[in-house]
This record gives sequence, structure tokens and C-alpha cells, in this order.
Amino acid sequence: MKEKIIKKEDVEYLGRLARIELTEEEKKKFEKELGKILEYISKLNEVNTENIEPTYHVLPLKNVFRDDIPESSTSKEEILKNAPDKDDDFFKVPRII
Amino acid sequence: MEDYEIVIGLEVHVELLTKTKMFCSCLTEFGAPPNTHVCPVCTGMPGVLPVINKRAVELALKTAIVFNSEISRFCRFARKNYFYPDLPKNYQISQYEEPLAKGGYLEIDGKRIRFKRIHLEEDAGKLLHSETGFISFVDFNRSGIPLLEMVTEPDIGSPEEAEKFLEKLKQILEYLEISDCNMEEGSLRCDANISVRKKGTKELGVKTEVKNMNSFKSVRKALAYESKRQIEILKRGEKIVQETRLWNEKEEITESMRTKEEAHDYRYFPEPDLVPLEINDGWIEEIRKEIKEMPDERKERFKKDYGISDYDANVLISHKGIADYFEECVKLYNNPKVIANWIMSEILAQIKGKVLKKEEIPLKPEYLVDILKLIEENKITVNTGKEILKEVYNTGLSPCEIVEKKNLLQIQDIELIGKFVEEVIRENEKAINDWKKGKQEVISFLVGQVMRKTKGRANPNIVRNILIEYLKSLK
Repeated sequence: MKEKIIKKEDVEYLGRLARIELTEEEKKKFEKELGKILEYISKLNEVNTENIEPTYHVLPLKNVFRDDIPESSTSKEEILKNAPDKDDDFFKVPRII
Repeated sequence: MEDYEIVIGLEVHVELLTKTKMFCSCLTEFGAPPNTHVCPVCTGMPGVLPVINKRAVELALKTAIVFNSEISRFCRFARKNYFYPDLPKNYQISQYEEPLAKGGYLEIDGKRIRFKRIHLEEDAGKLLHSETGFISFVDFNRSGIPLLEMVTEPDIGSPEEAEKFLEKLKQILEYLEISDCNMEEGSLRCDANISVRKKGTKELGVKTEVKNMNSFKSVRKALAYESKRQIEILKRGEKIVQETRLWNEKEEITESMRTKEEAHDYRYFPEPDLVPLEINDGWIEEIRKEIKEMPDERKERFKKDYGISDYDANVLISHKGIADYFEECVKLYNNPKVIANWIMSEILAQIKGKVLKKEEIPLKPEYLVDILKLIEENKITVNTGKEILKEVYNTGLSPCEIVEKKNLLQIQDIELIGKFVEEVIRENEKAINDWKKGKQEVISFLVGQVMRKTKGRANPNIVRNILIEYLKSLK
């Protein structure tokens, strides 16, 4: 059997980076699923890409700008509407430091 | 202490003076009510598309040109991924492998402090912490404001040099109209990397990162404290821990953040929502033309054109707002030396070190000129002028309004002065008799009495002459 691309520690590390708690079951599940995804993607390694520019963007565009001209913003009420926790003016979040 | 040398590198962020944010058309204005300059783009709603603010790129180019940095002809934005409540998208659009510019330098006292890189990114929101609870409040007005990050090489050799570097940097960025550079309002922020090593060694020592300084002075103090701390550790034969330390302004010490520091893993990758920047010579030349007179050039011109001293020129040019104010006044009243003196002694005393733009100085140039003209025309005394200046500064009224309201005009009217003289003579019989007996010094006393009656607004020479004539007529 091939060496696993994703190990349990990798899943745990990703969980920490994403600030999500994972159960043992979930860790197993993601280990398998993420492994499969990476295995699929690794097919690309079979293609010879020497002398080929990486594709950063699918469209051959450059220098797309806007001018520095203000437009009206979204209202405070509208922007706070979907917040899980808020008061009249602010989004409320658990204190970090 | 003398056996060690200090090695400092700075990381400076400045908010660019654009009207709108980096990737959306919300206003950047400071001090607006919370969460009113926000939109789906700068609050990281799904499905939105950022579009680059051209002016922000131009301001970054201007900076790169002035510091002789090498501008990348082709560069991209990258996503810096991390989770924090002030970062709504959970990534910051920044630049990583392809910064807008590399290299360049800023010279202080003949020494070059080199830049490693200069790049564009967006600011995060602002967290306000509740005093008691476990809650923070998030204001996204600042989220998405264009930021220019400037990282120096570890070329700075002392805390004082770091402070000088920041002052010079600020002066230049103010002149270029790149940023307000107001550390208290957060439009300029500075973190420092610092290490120490035995003199003569080549290898760099273990460094710490110092954060949370809110003025240039506190940067100097924090670095002085930190370098001393590091040297003492080495002298005891112990090792320095590589870590982030926070400056505690109240206690004047640096403190370990004591976080479990898993190495940062930002998983940078090219920002797929933005297309690359291609910067050609034509564009660079266009921006170069925008660069007006820099501080040193202005100083020389002030000396040459206005005949003011090196010292005066230095004080006037140190802040662009003051220099602009000076020139505006000179345009209205061609007496540069007098204007320079008044700005340096009176206006700067009122401003009390707070740096303002020309328009923000509460005493309009016209008003300063009005005061100077009233003095020149002998309508008010110099001291009255100074009083009026303070009042105009504090009330915003025009000097003429104040002069009228307070009846401050110098009394020119000989008849009026004569009336006061008569009064004084009537009221000072004894003094008059003394004078008749030949006591000349009585005259000074009587002049003083008249001046008192006119509240200092009469011309003492005129008073003296009138008084003497009256006394002679009494004989």
C-alpha cells in the first residue's frame, strides 16, 4: 500500500488552523476524504509541466482598476442583519485577548 | 553595555490617503460612526469581487520612487490566511512572493537604512474590548483601508536611530501626501525586531519582536528597554528566547505575550479574485512627475527665497502643514521674517506639538496677516497682537471682530489722548507741584497714569509729548 498523503496529525493541525474542534470520528472521516481529494489532484503530477507558466488566473487579464471615487456604503442595519450576535452599532464576538 | 551592539529592523504600516478603500468604494474617513463605511466586499460576504483602487497603487509607486526602490514590473496579490475576529474574510489580501517594490533606502544623518520590501495590502477591522465581560465589539470601518507595508533591513543601530528614522519617514510621507502618519489614530503603526550581539561578531543574535508602541517616543523607549534586557540576559550567560513582546506604556517595560507560539502558517497563495498588476515605464514616469518638492529642497528654497536662517527654515519645513501655512501667509503679506517669527514663537506654542495640516490650524493665514498689518500700521501694540492671536486661535473670530469687541485699537487720536492727559493732571495735584519745583522724573509717572487710563492702547511717545506741552502751559 502507498504511503498515506494525509495523516491524522495533519487533520488535527488543519483543524487547529481553521479553529474548529473535531471528534475522533470526524478526524478519521476527514483523513480519508482529504486523502482521496489529494490523490485525485496528484494525477496532475503525471503531466509534464516543464516550461509551462503556472495559471494564476483563467482569464488573460491585467490591470483591472477602479477610480478612487466613493460610492454609498451598505447601511449599518443591513450589514448587522446577519450577525449571530450584535448590539446597535457593533458585531459582538468572544474576547480573544 | 559598551561591548554590545544593537541591531534593529522596523516594520511600518501606513494607511494610504485615498478617499476609498483598497478593494471597494467605501469611504476611508477616520472617526465615522461604527460600521457605517462598510459593504459586502469589506465585510467579506460570499460571492463578492474586490477591484483594485488605482490611486492606492499610485501612492505606493510614489513611495517606492522616492526611496529608490526597485519597482516590480509585474506583481500579484496573495491571500494571507488566518482567523481573527477583526478579519471578516478569514484572509487578508496582501502581497507575498511578488511585492510591489524591493530594496531602496532612506538616509538619516548620512547613513542609509535599507528597505527590504514595500508592498500593498488591506487593513483589518477594529476590535474594542469591553472592560469587564468576555465580549469584544467589532467595527469594520477600517476593514479594507489600503495599507502600505514597509520593512527595513536590520540596519538601525540604536533606539534613537529608530526614532529618527520614523520621524524622517513620516516627514517624507507627509510631504508626498501618502499618509497622515498619525500614530495615535493608527494611520502609522510600527513593530520592531531587535537583537543584540557582542561587538565585532558577525552573526545576528536571537531577536524578539516588539509590538504595541503608540508613539515614536514609545518606540524609542521600548527598544531601549528591550536592548538593555537582552544585554543583561547575555551577561548572565543565559539565552534569549525568540518571542513577541508587548510594550507596556504605563510600566515602561516589555512583556512576553506568553502565547503558545505555533509557527505562523499563513498558507499564502495567489489571490484568484484579482488579476496581476503590470507596471510600465510610462506609468512610473507619470507618477514621478507628481512628486513635488521634498523637505530638504524646500528648506533650501525657503532660505534662498525668503532670506530666513537655516534654523528657522528647518523648524518651518519640519511639518508640511506648517510650511504650507507659512507660504500662504507670505503670499498675503510679503514680510517672511516677521511671519516666520510669529509662527515659530506664537503659532507653534498654540499648536503644542500637535501636527496639523494647513487647513486645520485654527488661525487662518488671513487672520495672522491681519494681526501683523494692524501692528505695522500702529493700530495695536505687539503685546495686544499676541493677545488677539490667542483669542482668534481659541474662538475662531477674526482679529478685526476681536479688536472691535474689546476696543483694543491703539489710540491715535490726539484730542482723545489730550482728554486723558487733562484728567491725569487734575487728579495728581501733588505730582504737578513737584514738577513745578523741578522734579523731572514726575513726567514718567504721569505718562504711566495716562497709559493706565487708556489700558495701554496709547502710543507712549505721543502721550509724553502732549503731557509736556500741557505742563508747560501750566507754568
